[in-house]
Amino acid sequence: MENLQELLHGFTIAVTVPHLVLMVIGVLLGILVGVLPGLGAPNGVSLLLPLTFGMQPVSAIILLSSMYWGALFGGSVTSILFNIPGEPSSVATTFDGYPMARDGRPTTALATAFGSAAFGALVGVILITFLASWVAQVALAFGPPEYFAVYFLAFASFVGMGGAAPIKTVVALAIGFAIAAIGIDTVSGSVRLTMGIDELVKGVNFVVAVMGLFGIGELLVAVEEEFHARGVSSRIDWKEVFRAVVRLPRHGIALLRSAAIGCWMGITPGGPTAASFMSYGIARRFSRRGRHFGTGEVEGIISPETADHAAGTSALLPMLSLGIPGSATAAVMMGGLMIWGLNPGPMLFVDQKDFVWGLIASMYVGNIVAVALVLLTVPVFAALMRIPFVIIAPLIVIICVVGAYSVSNSYLDVVMMLGFGVVGYLFKKLFYPLAPLVLAIVIGDKAEDAFRQSMLMSKGSLGVFFANPLVTSLVLAGLALLLLPLALQIAHVRRKPGERKSIAPGPEDRRSRPTATSAAQTPR
Amino acid sequence: MDVTSRFLLPAAAILLAGTIPAGAAWQPQKPIEFVATAGPGGGTDNLARAVQNIITKYKLTDQPIVVVNKGGGSGAEGYVYGKASAGDPHKVIFGTSNAWQQPLVSKVAFNYTDLTPIAGMAQDEFLLWVKQDAPYKTVNDYLKAAAANEFKMGGAQSKDTDEVLTRMIEKVGHIKLTYIPFKSGAEAAVQLAGGHIDSHVNNPSESLGQWRGGTQRPLCVFSPKRLPQGPKVTATEGWSDVPTCVEQGLDIPQYEQPRTVWLPGKVTPEQAAFYVELMKKVQATPEWKDYIEKTSQVDTFLTGAEFDSYIKQDLEHIKQVAAEQGWLVK
Repeated sequence: MENLQELLHGFTIAVTVPHLVLMVIGVLLGILVGVLPGLGAPNGVSLLLPLTFGMQPVSAIILLSSMYWGALFGGSVTSILFNIPGEPSSVATTFDGYPMARDGRPTTALATAFGSAAFGALVGVILITFLASWVAQVALAFGPPEYFAVYFLAFASFVGMGGAAPIKTVVALAIGFAIAAIGIDTVSGSVRLTMGIDELVKGVNFVVAVMGLFGIGELLVAVEEEFHARGVSSRIDWKEVFRAVVRLPRHGIALLRSAAIGCWMGITPGGPTAASFMSYGIARRFSRRGRHFGTGEVEGIISPETADHAAGTSALLPMLSLGIPGSATAAVMMGGLMIWGLNPGPMLFVDQKDFVWGLIASMYVGNIVAVALVLLTVPVFAALMRIPFVIIAPLIVIICVVGAYSVSNSYLDVVMMLGFGVVGYLFKKLFYPLAPLVLAIVIGDKAEDAFRQSMLMSKGSLGVFFANPLVTSLVLAGLALLLLPLALQIAHVRRKPGERKSIAPGPEDRRSRPTATSAAQTPR
Repeated sequence: MDVTSRFLLPAAAILLAGTIPAGAAWQPQKPIEFVATAGPGGGTDNLARAVQNIITKYKLTDQPIVVVNKGGGSGAEGYVYGKASAGDPHKVIFGTSNAWQQPLVSKVAFNYTDLTPIAGMAQDEFLLWVKQDAPYKTVNDYLKAAAANEFKMGGAQSKDTDEVLTRMIEKVGHIKLTYIPFKSGAEAAVQLAGGHIDSHVNNPSESLGQWRGGTQRPLCVFSPKRLPQGPKVTATEGWSDVPTCVEQGLDIPQYEQPRTVWLPGKVTPEQAAFYVELMKKVQATPEWKDYIEKTSQVDTFLTGAEFDSYIKQDLEHIKQVAAEQGWLVK
């Protein structure tokens, strides 16, 4: 095992006192920027970047990547405690993490999230260690049609598997696509949907949208429903942290499935956001307690968190070996690589063995350091939940306003954030799902670009989506997910003598049927 | 002379100096914001951060400098921000030729005339790249193959520098190309490595790692003479081994992208002069040379009338291509 030898060599570089100190500093700074409003991993890493110019490249990347791990963990804290996701990839964690925390179990929610995140990251690093060269090849096989197919799969998994009525999911997706289209269009270069507001040329930032949709939207619902609400009484209990972590292996199947989804999306490179959403959607379908998802289910936290970190970690591989940054943070780190005089690309693994394997080894150690540090802080964060609602509510508003403003120092963003808050509230009241909306805002324009690039390549023929086994299987899987609820319903109706028996499952039918069922469904 | 006047005179002098800047003696009064019209990690962002580091290292100004990224809308976000900050000499906008090209082809709410030009630094070169294992070894082979079978050309953004160059190649080489826009040159490079497109026209730094890694190679450089000799990129070749396109029979003698520096509009000449001097000082440092070499750019410094005429010339040329393609916005 040549790779194993390289890894051991890497450990001799990563596990030295100065590097361990750098990891602890990086992780702590990362948790800080993850928890503080409006900072986030990309900003944190850019702020730290100038300090690394005098360092050895391997020390520099250890510091920056440790900060990234810390920020990812820190971002989950605000998702769970306040329903404010700091990164697109931690949105799915709010679905069950926040209800569980509101339910008086913030310690369990946080510990579960951190434990499964660490598991996901570990699987991701192991994958990188053993399959580095193979994984790089897989990513190369992805052209525009394959990208589109992956995004299509993510969207389809929501229509077919989301808990809400499929038609409402489609409506939410459509609104998300419209929002994603605002700004300059990559393919035509023209300005779209700016409605005469010059500043909208930059598009709608994700942070602005989610802070409003989740943070403010949830607050409005809470104000209406439980204005009298007191803080959640949660005991500061180390045993609960321990218990939550020990209980994780019971959900072994969910952990493994989510890690597999995460790694697949990380290397293909669909990215951590699509991974966490897809993992959540699939868990909802296949978990025995799937119908309870959204009310604070353990597997509803495990699935997105594991997939998110598995994808986030394995996504560093395409960055190093191909020079494709999988996330904004990875893009900043790549800028750092160039400044340190390294060129991301296939030769990095040959020319800069010490750097690459030192980094991979540090990913093992760094994640262990990070999870140890965050688990230690769980009771402190959980104690935040004991603060009464009347105090926490204005704080959430401040966090959201400051966060939205600091994205690009723009007042318009604050106004939009508040507007999204109203949209979030309306969605909740009318039982429209928020997840597909956010998913479409985040990857809608990428999916559109990929589709139109494919159409340019094939001169308008849809055959390009069935041109090779890879893209064909992705598209077929997507179609299957999309049509699954319909097929199940048809089977169900056929068994009973029903009025719809004779109708063939055409596309028109697909659109109209779910409406009929949604009316029959009692909103949860 | 009594005490009061002895005190008042210098005070008045200081006040006057503050209101009426004397010559190039203007100095920034508050922290300076460097606005990169690109996302973190992009070429323009790297330039802004490199300049920031050099200024901080040599203490070329007393005020601290922060870099902010406003790369939305292919950089339009940063330029619009510059336009909105008219009269504020503490914001410096870092961009490319996009500043005057973008308003021609899309309805963005700025024009380069809304900004005060400071300098054009560091020209980025363009090369024609093909996949490593492609059968063609020369530009001529490439053109022949492209004539027989419409090629897919990838590039960053639409109706931008890459597509303009693609259309020029079509015209000069008498071929037809399908242009496929991606978000960045780095993305196009990966697509070429995977064989999803046939060629692209990336800057040297965008494909350096890929060339070294043996996934793609340059056929020619769109420059009047060969690039300066640097360290070897692959085992046998370096940038100076790449022939010019004219040498290879593709008659496009020069196509470059300057990295540009601007102040918002309505600043005083003294304020502009301060930044011109500042950038000149930056360019004289060894760190700058190092940056230029690592990013394989060409060191130039255009300012004043020279910069203006460069813009006018480039603008005429782009207008012509854009008009032929029907891109001009009304």
